[in-house]
Amino acid sequence: TKTQNFCRNEYNLTGLCNRSSCPLANSQYATVREEKGRCYLYMKTIERAAFPRRLWERVLLSKNYEKALEEIDENLIYWPRFIRHKCKQRFTKITQYLIRIRKLTLKRQRKLVPLRRKIERRENRREEKALIAAQLDNAIEKELLERLKQDTYGDIYNFPIHAFDKALQQQDAESESESDAEREEEDDDDEDVDKREFVEAEDSELSDFEDMDKLETSSEEEQEEEEEAEKKASHSKSKGKTPLKGPARRKRPYIEIEYEEETEPSTKTKAA
Amino acid sequence: AGDGSGPVPGDGTDPPAPERVLFPPTFSVSEIKNKQRRHFMFLRWKQQQRKEKLALKKKRRKEREALGDKAPPKAIPKTIENQRVYDETTVDPNDEEVAFDEATDEFAPYFNRQTVPKILITTSDRPRGRTVRFCEQLATVLPNSHVYYRRGLALKRIIPQCIARDFTDLIVINEDRKIPNGLVLSHLPDGPTAHFRMSSVRLRKEIKRKGKEPTEHVPEVILNNFTTRLGHSIGRMFAALFPHDPQFIGRQVATFHNQRDYIFFRFHRYIFKSEKKVGIQELGPRFTLKLRSLQKGTFDSKFGEYEWIHKRREMDTSRRKFHL
Repeated sequence: TKTQNFCRNEYNLTGLCNRSSCPLANSQYATVREEKGRCYLYMKTIERAAFPRRLWERVLLSKNYEKALEEIDENLIYWPRFIRHKCKQRFTKITQYLIRIRKLTLKRQRKLVPLRRKIERRENRREEKALIAAQLDNAIEKELLERLKQDTYGDIYNFPIHAFDKALQQQDAESESESDAEREEEDDDDEDVDKREFVEAEDSELSDFEDMDKLETSSEEEQEEEEEAEKKASHSKSKGKTPLKGPARRKRPYIEIEYEEETEPSTKTKAA
Repeated sequence: AGDGSGPVPGDGTDPPAPERVLFPPTFSVSEIKNKQRRHFMFLRWKQQQRKEKLALKKKRRKEREALGDKAPPKAIPKTIENQRVYDETTVDPNDEEVAFDEATDEFAPYFNRQTVPKILITTSDRPRGRTVRFCEQLATVLPNSHVYYRRGLALKRIIPQCIARDFTDLIVINEDRKIPNGLVLSHLPDGPTAHFRMSSVRLRKEIKRKGKEPTEHVPEVILNNFTTRLGHSIGRMFAALFPHDPQFIGRQVATFHNQRDYIFFRFHRYIFKSEKKVGIQELGPRFTLKLRSLQKGTFDSKFGEYEWIHKRREMDTSRRKFHL
């Protein structure tokens, strides 16, 4: 197909630059143009060629589509077929796009907000730096451990060691003030404390100890503690660090904690 | 010529002879016209600088050790968080006024456990694949949430319907060029509306992890670093998305971490390996939000009353001033 140029003249009928559709080349010419939603028919005749101000004659077309077509025909009677036909085509197109505009304004319009490149780049860079400064993994881990310490999880996780230590130390302080053999107690306590940390993953021992704490008085505590120390010594030697490593190795141990509880009592009864 | 850079010729530890030739003449490295030679000389000069710096450090360390206990305490490096301009609206934990406000604002029924959150997630018109998938994943993260597609419906008309059907929150994800880039979070029975800019969205398959999908358990919520009044209200908005009773069996945690006005959202599953160690594994989508505006009522672009808008000219002037 042959490429055609566009005509820049605003009164052009078809928009293409041809000899037949140039408003400057033809002395008898007509166009349809719209202004503020109303369509007008513009006409140019030879008689007014000398008066540029009155050259283009303007006729308002009615809003009714068929009536407007009749008006075009009426005004351009005896004019060449080409111009009449093209005027009507142009008028049709214009009315169609006016209808579309009216429909679209009723719907929600999408507002385009231009992005500023400099600002975008700045924000992205700041985001990266903030991400690095945030150290999210550490922050989350710290927060979770905090919550564990403050006992928000209740009894689900069975190693609240620090709480035990504090409780023990309090009770030890009480028994020290009362009984004579302070050093033995302290030694036992120290040993107990150490061993407890060593085998921290084991639940039942701690729970047993807890029960014993509640039941016994201070003097009996010493004996109990010594016994516990011996038991724990034997336990710790036999078991070593394996119970800790077992669960810690697996990454998705959903059922793990329950598993420990099942095995613990059996081994304890054997040693006892 | 003379001593161009004085102290260096005394540095007798450099064996290659050209080192000493470099510095006495007063030309700087940038005056050599030949690019290759200039580059070479520049590298040499850089090595020299590095050596000097290392020597200085060593000297300082030795001095410090020699002083022992009398040494001055180590200087704390300045960070942006350290140097942050003090914001007068920072919330003091014991502030009564704040506590009173929070007891009577729109989230009070939620925090008094009177309402259970029910969330509606939707997008702008014609969402593309990535946004759709992101919406689905978000729906799995937030318990009690539903995704509805918007086929050209106006938000103003959706909102009364949502209120009628007992939804408590509305999330609209705005999309641009096939990626989600904006988030509007609106608390429904006449609550505040926050408009965020969303960036670096990663879907579940793009995150490097080997876990499974999030389960139906209610996750815990961590809100970090929301210090000012504005940050506090935004934090409460986020907290109001999740039901109040987290199921610890699920061991899932959703984190909103605010750092320098960027809110990072992550969703993890945790396991306590020991008393002092916790392992976390990331599942679920991740994204970052930056607050653009906070409106008092529900979403209304024309007549809404804005509580806070980000004004670039005024608010972005200082690098150490943050609002959240």
